Amino acid sequence: MEPGYPHLTEILSHIQGYIFPNEIDLQWGILIVVYPFITGLVAGAFILASLERVFRVKILKPTYQLALLTALSFLLVATLPLISHLAQPLRAYEIMITPHGSSAMAIFGFVYLWYLMVVLLLEIWFDYRQSMVIWSQEKTGIMKWVYKIITLGLSDISPRTLEWDRKLGYFITVIGIPSAFILHGYVGFIFGSIKANPWWSTPLMPIIFLFSAMVSGIAMVMLIYMVVSYIRTKDLDINVLDAIGKYLFFVLILDFTIEGLDQIHRIYEAEESFETIKLLVEGKLYLTLFISQGLIGTLIPLGLLAFLQFYKGRIRLRKTLYFITGILILIGVYSMRWNVVIGGQLFSKSFSGFTSFKVGLIGLDGTLMAAFWLILPFGILAFLLWLLPPWKMVPEDY
Amino acid sequence: MKFYIPPQLTRLSIAFAIFITLFLLLRKLLIPDTFGQYGHYRGDSLTDNALPVVHYAGQQACLECHQDIEDQKQADVHSRIKCETCHGPGQKHSESAEATNILKPDSREFCGNCHEKNAARRSEAVVQIIINEHNTGKKCIECHNPHQPWTMKE
Amino acid sequence: MDNERVKPSRRKFLKSAVTIAGAAIGYQWLKSGQYLLYGADPEDKNVPWYGIVIDIEKCIGCGSCAKSCKMENDVPKEPFFFRNWVEQYTVKNDGSVEITSPNGGIDGFKQTVPDEEIFKSFFVPKMCNHCYKSPCEQVCPVGATYLSPEGVVMVDDKYCIGCRYCVQACPYGCRFIHPERKVASKCTLCYHRLKKNLAPACMEVCPTGARMYGNLRDKNSEIVKFLKEHTTQVLRPNLNTGSKLYYNALGMEVK
Repeated sequence: MEPGYPHLTEILSHIQGYIFPNEIDLQWGILIVVYPFITGLVAGAFILASLERVFRVKILKPTYQLALLTALSFLLVATLPLISHLAQPLRAYEIMITPHGSSAMAIFGFVYLWYLMVVLLLEIWFDYRQSMVIWSQEKTGIMKWVYKIITLGLSDISPRTLEWDRKLGYFITVIGIPSAFILHGYVGFIFGSIKANPWWSTPLMPIIFLFSAMVSGIAMVMLIYMVVSYIRTKDLDINVLDAIGKYLFFVLILDFTIEGLDQIHRIYEAEESFETIKLLVEGKLYLTLFISQGLIGTLIPLGLLAFLQFYKGRIRLRKTLYFITGILILIGVYSMRWNVVIGGQLFSKSFSGFTSFKVGLIGLDGTLMAAFWLILPFGILAFLLWLLPPWKMVPEDY
Repeated sequence: MKFYIPPQLTRLSIAFAIFITLFLLLRKLLIPDTFGQYGHYRGDSLTDNALPVVHYAGQQACLECHQDIEDQKQADVHSRIKCETCHGPGQKHSESAEATNILKPDSREFCGNCHEKNAARRSEAVVQIIINEHNTGKKCIECHNPHQPWTMKE
Repeated sequence: MDNERVKPSRRKFLKSAVTIAGAAIGYQWLKSGQYLLYGADPEDKNVPWYGIVIDIEKCIGCGSCAKSCKMENDVPKEPFFFRNWVEQYTVKNDGSVEITSPNGGIDGFKQTVPDEEIFKSFFVPKMCNHCYKSPCEQVCPVGATYLSPEGVVMVDDKYCIGCRYCVQACPYGCRFIHPERKVASKCTLCYHRLKKNLAPACMEVCPTGARMYGNLRDKNSEIVKFLKEHTTQVLRPNLNTGSKLYYNALGMEVK
């Protein structure tokens, strides 16, 4: 007897209409939902950090390093769901040594490296250099050497050199903003450039991904700021929350508008795939699109944020509302990733039927694995906050 | 005044130079020999893809021994059908002829794959019967010689 | 007084230069237009440039092609992995279309709609279109999918990383991840057979001659003659994939 594929046999009975026989097996599962979600958090967190630096939004100062380290923690994990999803994970290096020029996925490897090595690490390095030098002189034992190594053995903290730290750091931030846009716009392009899939193939896809990334990243930094303050039993500055909330509100409006525009355009043009997509949206995606993404993740947070723009009353209530808003937004953006990645594979490219998707709990492509990749960045962040605590930095005098 | 280079730039440049050199060295080490020989792929892959064993021997191989059957076939409507269409892959059989390593399908269902009545089959293309009504209980080949279907056995 | 800013001799030179440049660009443009037609004109003139014809009018839906492909190419027998398959389209009198492909057509077709409800019905064999502007080759991040000099789209089993991007990019659903080899898998037009001067398995066993393959560059080949004498169509022409699988009598219902 041939080895069977019980999970596929089960799906066989859930197929509606006609799908191509090879389409029964869904190619990209929950890990590919997690991947753009994590990358989005990186881009969003970085853009929030840049607001402070480039546009001199002084009020956001307490979140600057926090946002940078958050971005780094998530960026370090960003490619891991992808790699663990490969059928041949050990061959992943090929994407760096023989990248195929016409493949969006191949170039992503370099966009990622650029962003990691040239933007994030450098910006953090310039920002922390003075403190790291001082820590390397204060500490003893192994930690002394750790700091020595990450300063690349450079202990020059003369005013002139420090001035250059600021200049170079500023320069990196300035190229960092377009880099962050490219990084996440690029993730959108990976989907948006697949002409075979009408649910993905739209030039707006990179922009949609970008704005939802900013929304999720800002919300995530806001939540982390609240939680870190709570853990350190430091008072949370409500003005900081108000400032973040204001940006979150405007970006969310933009995000909602662009996604709405995309859907309106799709509905009005009603191309050959429209009937299928309509059935998809009203059927299998109803819960995750209208309820989870639309209502819970967009409309309610929009309402709350609008309310918080005017309501300047009880601080405790405002903090609670901000916290709820942050959580809801993250749920909404995660659902958006789900709707794109999974939704795009539920209908057949024959436009005549639908397959179905069931997430398993265990296995390389299961919920536990996805949860692991989502939790890991927080562990890295905790480590980074211990290694490079923003609150122990040398106070800046500029 | 001497041109000033900030010390952190020097350190970083060295670090990046080391990183890029390592990357290039690794790349040279890991890249397959024939990559890029014809295009952006491993040239040897063409040979690899030509390697798999052939299972269907092709009509010529059959005719080397079974010209008699072919002559029968040519006299009737199954003349254009190749041996391996019904008898399955014959490479093994052509290498060592045994009755066991070639298929001899005789079920009504097998004949039905072509001859079961179906609205999509054009009547001038293929003769069709309703398999559940046409001489039920008998195998097709009890009456029809598959190599000469209109030469009835009985 | 010479009030012309450009000397006549120079003007003449400019004129001819512009003409030559224009002609060159125009020629390039025309040439690129010619590519659309049967995807011909590959770089290497010494090898054939393969195309495929499937004649819907001749197909009787026996499924021999799909069956032989699985036997020839080590494709798992389960009904989730196919390099080629056959679909039956049934247009009903009410205008709705029913499409079926039980086990890719390997076990034969049972008519699912009673005769009196049928407006028309036909079979459509599907396989890799061996596109020369193939979306799957375009998106492969490592160069593990490529167009061979003969115009056959193939996978490098030793190099594929299994990212499944190509499966997403193929509009025809012709690719799958081989469950044992853990790499993308697809029709190779039986490249191993072509190299031994044997016909692809599906072409070998087709009882009605509904499938045909051949060298598109050879203007005397059977396939080019067929293309000349029949009005053929590719699947999803709007996607500009440069498909080299030409269908005769393809219904508009087919995607």
